[in-house]
Amino acid sequence: MDVLVCVKRVPDSSSQILLTEDAQAVDGRHVGFTVSPHEECAVELAARLADATGGTATVLTLGPAEAVEQLRNALALGCGAAVHVEADTSRFGPADVAREIAAVVREHEGAGSPYDLVLLGNDAADSGDFQVGIRLAYALGRPVVNGAKVVELADGVATAHVDGPAGAETWSAPLPAVVTVLEGGVEPRYPTIKGRMAARKVQIEQRRPAYEPGGSRRTRLLLPPPEPSTVQVLGKGAEAAPAVVDLFEKLGVR
Amino acid sequence: MILLYLETDEAGIAETSLETVALARSLAEAGGGIAIRAVLFGGLPEGVAGQLAAHGVDEVFHVTGAGFEAFSGAAWASALQALRERTGSVVVAAGGSPRGNEVLAHLAARLDVPMAANVVSFAGLAPFVVTRQVVGGAALEEMRLDQRPALFTVAGHSWTARAAVTPGKAEWHEEAPEVAPGDLAARIVSVGQREAVRPGALKRARVVVGAGRGAGGPDGFDGVVELAELLGGALGVSRVVTSLGWRPHHEQVGQTGSRISPELYIPCGISGAIQHWAGCSSSKTILAINTDPEAPMVTKADYAVIGDMHEVVPAIVEELRRRSGA
Ligand SMILES: Cc1cc2nc3c(=O)[nH]c(=O)nc-3n(C[C@H](O)[C@H](O)[C@H](O)COP(=O)(O)OP(=O)(O)OC[C@H]3O[C@@H](n4cnc5c(N)ncnc54)[C@H](O)[C@@H]3O)c2cc1C
Ligand SMILES: Nc1ncnc2c1ncn2[C@@H]1O[C@H](COP(=O)(O)O)[C@@H](O)[C@H]1O
Repeated sequence: MDVLVCVKRVPDSSSQILLTEDAQAVDGRHVGFTVSPHEECAVELAARLADATGGTATVLTLGPAEAVEQLRNALALGCGAAVHVEADTSRFGPADVAREIAAVVREHEGAGSPYDLVLLGNDAADSGDFQVGIRLAYALGRPVVNGAKVVELADGVATAHVDGPAGAETWSAPLPAVVTVLEGGVEPRYPTIKGRMAARKVQIEQRRPAYEPGGSRRTRLLLPPPEPSTVQVLGKGAEAAPAVVDLFEKLGVR
Repeated sequence: MILLYLETDEAGIAETSLETVALARSLAEAGGGIAIRAVLFGGLPEGVAGQLAAHGVDEVFHVTGAGFEAFSGAAWASALQALRERTGSVVVAAGGSPRGNEVLAHLAARLDVPMAANVVSFAGLAPFVVTRQVVGGAALEEMRLDQRPALFTVAGHSWTARAAVTPGKAEWHEEAPEVAPGDLAARIVSVGQREAVRPGALKRARVVVGAGRGAGGPDGFDGVVELAELLGGALGVSRVVTSLGWRPHHEQVGQTGSRISPELYIPCGISGAIQHWAGCSSSKTILAINTDPEAPMVTKADYAVIGDMHEVVPAIVEELRRRSGA
């Protein structure tokens, strides 16, 4: 079965975040870029599902020219095809992104290559909108399961495992379906040299956005003000233990 | 009119839902006394009506019936959509929990309006401007919600749940709306039993020992568990730890976990991301144990030990034992 998986190029939030002068985006000049851990797991699931059913996993991104890096990475991790909708993501709100992904899905379907399943992350690591997957499902008129850790495909049905508030939920949705993925259900593989070589040869489908974006309604980004630190360091390593227990005694917790 | 999707747990209205009510009250006041209506689904614990009245809710819609036996984002949103229309609500909000975000995203898609996830504050009603967490909490985004209804979720523990000065009437309505078959195409077929938890043990503990990615793996918790036991406290963990399945979710501290306020919190191998901080910032004293002296948890803490938790924690346990003469 054929699976489409959507990833977003995002600044690595473990690096120090600075903003562009117009405060509309994260300044990308001094940070690394990656995709979210949810999307890494979605790529792994897509590769496994395609593998198990003799189909293809296709990776899609809407992003700047540099986002080809994220597509090549996914190709090295088991995806067999890639689609790049080249655009400046800061001008695209979540509804715009969903509409663009839907346009690709519909066009591929019209050309005789439909997707049985579309996987996305539960939320993007930068904008954290928590909604592109659900909006995509509505745009395509398909059922959606949100926050799945594991997905299986059999007999025209997607079975998804979700960690619900009351216990482990098993969801069922008829195919074609949309599933958003939360990290932690599968261990993403490491790329092999062979995988990287093969990834370089894949011809990426280059596209332009199908619609004019409505925008994100962002007025500006802000950085939280730095707080002065008043920490008292009790020591380094095991030698600090007596000072720690002195503190316990002072606080009356032992 | 403000419409809220609220969640419940064993104890009553979920804490993040009551926090959402608190933000809604502040919004209602800014708007000159706008009514607050709440929507609840399925079986309810006792005392919910009184709780909602105390928190200033004017009207409650309790939705049950065919299609509402098990959670469904689409079905929940369809009921909210109908109630929104009937009440003419111009704002619909929910807690920024997984379900709150999911249900509001469904509603946003159905109404084709924007939705702001994880809002921490608002400024001005016309234009209605909200500030929300982005980039994993490293930055904030200011966003205009001009369209009506305005949809948003409230970042967990960014507001404090508090009883209202003037209670609401919490006028009760039972609802059993129809659900379109298409909205139940994706559905829950079974729910596994969760292991029994002592509700509130973590929230009531006088001492909480925390552990994050620095624990290194599912086997890396022996030391922190032992320290917690020796201090008569509880273990709390970061989301990385629950996501990776190293520890159960009920031990998670933070925006999408518990908010704790112990006398002493001892986070070990936790970096102190804003979402974790949201759950532990009301601790009286914080002692961070971390290899990185620049980690936000260290700079924000009252006390710190710089070092490997797998060396520091056993040494503390040994020292405690030595002083108790054991
Ligand atoms: C919407 C949303 C909601 C979220 N909700 C929550 C939530 O409720 N709770 C939560 O915790 N997070 C939450 N997060 C995730 C949060 O952003 C962080 O990713 C998470 O808290 C990081 O966990 P950590 O500190 O364990 O791991 P890391 O950030 O990876 O930090 C590990 C730390 O351990 C230190 N370390 C490593 N090895 C050792 C060692 N041997 N000894 C001592 N120190 C060591 C490192 O220096 C580092 O500081 C949420 C995120 C989002 C976007
Ligand atoms: N520009 C994009 N290109 C491809 N996929 C995206 C893009 N933006 C969001 N997504 C997908 O939608 C998920 C949810 O994003 P969001 O709703 O923005 O939090 C992400 O985890 C991605 O899988």
